[in-house]
Amino acid sequence: MASIKLEQLTKRFGKVVAVNNLNLEVKDGEFIALLGPSGCGKTTTLLMIAGIYRPTQGKIYFDDVLVNDVAPKDRYVGLVFQSYALYPHMKVYDNIAFPLKLAKVPRKEIDRKVYEVAKLTKIEELLDRMPGQLSGGQQQRVALCRALVKEPEILLLDEPLSNLDARLRIETRAEIKRLQRELGITTILVTHDQVEALTMSERVAVMHAGVLQQYGPPDELYDRPRNLFVASFIGDPPMNLIPVELERTDGRLRLVADSFVLPLAEEWENMLGQIPEASFTLGVRPEDVRISTEEKANALLGEVFLTEPLGGGTLVHFMFGEISFRVLASREIKMDVGDKFWLVPDQSKLHIFTKDGLSVREVGRRDAQ
Amino acid sequence: MAQRKFTPGSLERERRKQRILRVSMYLFLIAASLPIVIGYLWLFVGAFTGNLVYGLVPQSFTVENWSFLWDPPSPAWPDIWRTFFNTFFLAAGVTLIMVVVSTSAAYVVSRMYFPGRSMILASTLILHAFPAITLLIALYYILRTLGLLDSLWGVILVRAGLMVPFGIWVMKGFFDDIPWDIEMSALIDGATRFQTFWKVMLPLVKPGIAAIAVFAFMAGWAEYIFLVTFVRDPNSWTLSSYINAIIGNYRFTNYGLLAAVSLFYMFPVLLFFLLTQKLLMKVTVGGIKGGR
Ligand SMILES: Nc1ncnc2c1ncn2[C@@H]1O[C@H](COP(=O)(O)OP(=O)(O)O)[C@@H](O)[C@H]1O
Ligand SMILES: [Mg+2]
Repeated sequence: MASIKLEQLTKRFGKVVAVNNLNLEVKDGEFIALLGPSGCGKTTTLLMIAGIYRPTQGKIYFDDVLVNDVAPKDRYVGLVFQSYALYPHMKVYDNIAFPLKLAKVPRKEIDRKVYEVAKLTKIEELLDRMPGQLSGGQQQRVALCRALVKEPEILLLDEPLSNLDARLRIETRAEIKRLQRELGITTILVTHDQVEALTMSERVAVMHAGVLQQYGPPDELYDRPRNLFVASFIGDPPMNLIPVELERTDGRLRLVADSFVLPLAEEWENMLGQIPEASFTLGVRPEDVRISTEEKANALLGEVFLTEPLGGGTLVHFMFGEISFRVLASREIKMDVGDKFWLVPDQSKLHIFTKDGLSVREVGRRDAQ
Repeated sequence: MAQRKFTPGSLERERRKQRILRVSMYLFLIAASLPIVIGYLWLFVGAFTGNLVYGLVPQSFTVENWSFLWDPPSPAWPDIWRTFFNTFFLAAGVTLIMVVVSTSAAYVVSRMYFPGRSMILASTLILHAFPAITLLIALYYILRTLGLLDSLWGVILVRAGLMVPFGIWVMKGFFDDIPWDIEMSALIDGATRFQTFWKVMLPLVKPGIAAIAVFAFMAGWAEYIFLVTFVRDPNSWTLSSYINAIIGNYRFTNYGLLAAVSLFYMFPVLLFFLLTQKLLMKVTVGGIKGGR
C-alpha cells in the first residue's frame, strides 16, 4: 500500500492544458474520487500517476518517494481502463495471468493467484472464454481482476462503471467498495457521475478544465461548496442558482431578482458586509426549503408552476417573474398548479457566491487567515 | 417506390425481368472469363499431349513433356530442382525482408512521433507508385558496385525494397486500429516497450502480416524483369528465367515443354493459395475483433 502526493502537476498537449497545477494528497489505503465533466483532465491525471504520460511540470510521490522517472512497470499500479483494454487475442485466464507471467512468477503460483482473484469477483467460470464473448459487465470484472492480480499498491479506476446498465452499476458500485475495503488498497476512482463519487469514496476531488476546484469528504462538498462550479455540479436535483442584487431596506439585507425577494437573516450581515460589490449569485438546494401555508419570517410567496413527481417526493417549480425556483416537497403536501405557498429557505444552508464565483463563506475565511 | 401497387400481372413481369437480368449476367461473366479458362485448358492439354495440330487439337497422350524433371532439355541449362529451389529461396527471402521491415517500420510510424514522420509517410506512397522498370539501369549500377550482380540476393533486395513501402502502408493501417489503451495496459501490466510489441501488438496484427507475406511470396515467385536483367548465371536461374529460356532459345518454341514447365511453375502457387485461402479471406474482415 502506498500514499500518493501530486505537487503542482501540469500536463500540456501542445496548446491544450489538460491538467493545470494540480496538488492532491491521497492517504495510504484511502479511496478517493476524481470527479468532473468529460474532458476536464481526469484520465490524463491517472495516466500520469500510472507513468504512461510524463508530466510537463510538477512532481509525483508514492510514499514520499519521487516517482517521476520510474517506468510504469516499476510503479506497482493497477489500472482499469474505461474501455477495459482487454487483450482480444488472449483467453480470460491469460489476460489475468499476463502481469504475473511478465513478472516471471512460477506457473503454480500464477494458477493459484488467478483463481483466487477470479473467485473474488465471481468470474471463475469465464476463465476459458475469449474477451469478445463476454458482456460489458463481465469484461469489466476481468479488467478488475487483471489490475488486482499483481497485488498493486495503488488501484486506479477510470470510469469503470460507465459502460454498465443502471442496475448493474449500482451492484458493482457496492462490490468495488467492498473489495477496496477488504484489500485496503489505495484507490483513485475517476468518474463524471457525482452519485458514484459521493457514494463510493471517502474524499472527492472535483476538477474543471484541468483545475482542481475542491477536495474534501462528500458532506463537505455538499454542504460547503467552495465555488459556483462545485455547487452546480454536486447535488441532484441540482441547486437553484439565481443572479441577485443585494439591497438594504429599513436596515435589513435582502436579495432581489425580479419579483424574487429574499430577506436575509442577521448572520449574513457580517459576511456580506465585508464585500464591496452588490451583485451575487444565490444558491439554494431544492431540499433546503420548507413549504408553509402560513406567512413566516424570511419567506417568499410563490405560485406553483409545474410539479414533477420523483417517487420519493415531488419537485415543485415556482416562478418569480422570469426566475424559476425548484423546491423538493414531501408527498404529503397536496399541490396543484396555481396554488400559492410560503417558501422558507433554511438560512444557514444558503450559498452566496461573489461575481468571481467564490463562496462568500470562503472569502470570509480567507480574510480571517 | 412508396406507393407501388402489386397486381398479379406486374409481379409476373417483375419476376421475368429478374430472370432475364440474371441469365444475361451469367452469359456476360462466362464470355468474359472464357479466354482465361481456355488459356489454362491449353496449358493442361498441352502439357500432356504430343504435337498439337495447328497448335490447338490434341493428338495423343504423353508424359514426354515432363522429362525436364530428370533430364535438362539442353546441356547448358541447370537442373530443374536447383531452379525450383532458387525460386523458392527468392520468394522466401523477399517475404522475410518484407515482413520484418514493414512490420517494425509500420509500428514506429503508427505509434511514435518524430520529425519528418509525415514526410516519410508521403514518400512511401510515391515510392510505391514508381514504375520499377524506370530504375533498371540505376539499379544495375548499384548492384554492380555492391558486387550483387548475378546473385539472387541482389534481386531479393531490389524486389523487397520496392515492395516494403506498400507493406508499411498496409501494416500501419492494422497498427492504427489497435487502441492505445491496450498498449498502455500492457505497459502498466509490467511489459517493456519491446514485450508490448512482441506479445500484444504483433499477435493482433497477424492477419496483416499474413496478407503482406502472401503478397510478397507471390511477387517473389513471379519475379521476372530483375531476374532476366541482373542474373545470367544458370546456377542462379529461377523458374521464370527457365521459361524465358524456353521461349527465347529455341528457334521453334517447344510448346509442350513450355506448357509442362508452366504448370510446374504454377502448381506451388495454387497449392499455397488453397492452403492460405481461409486466412486471406479473414484479412478483409481485418482489424481486431472482440475486446472493445
Ligand atoms: N494524447 C492526447 N493528445 C492530445 N490531447 C489530449 C490527449 N489526451 C487528452 N487530451 C486532451 O486533454 C484534455 C483532458 O482529457 P482527459 O484527461 O481525457 O479528460 P477526461 O478523462 O476528464 O474526460 C482534453 O481536452 C483532451 O482533448
Ligand atoms: Mg476520461
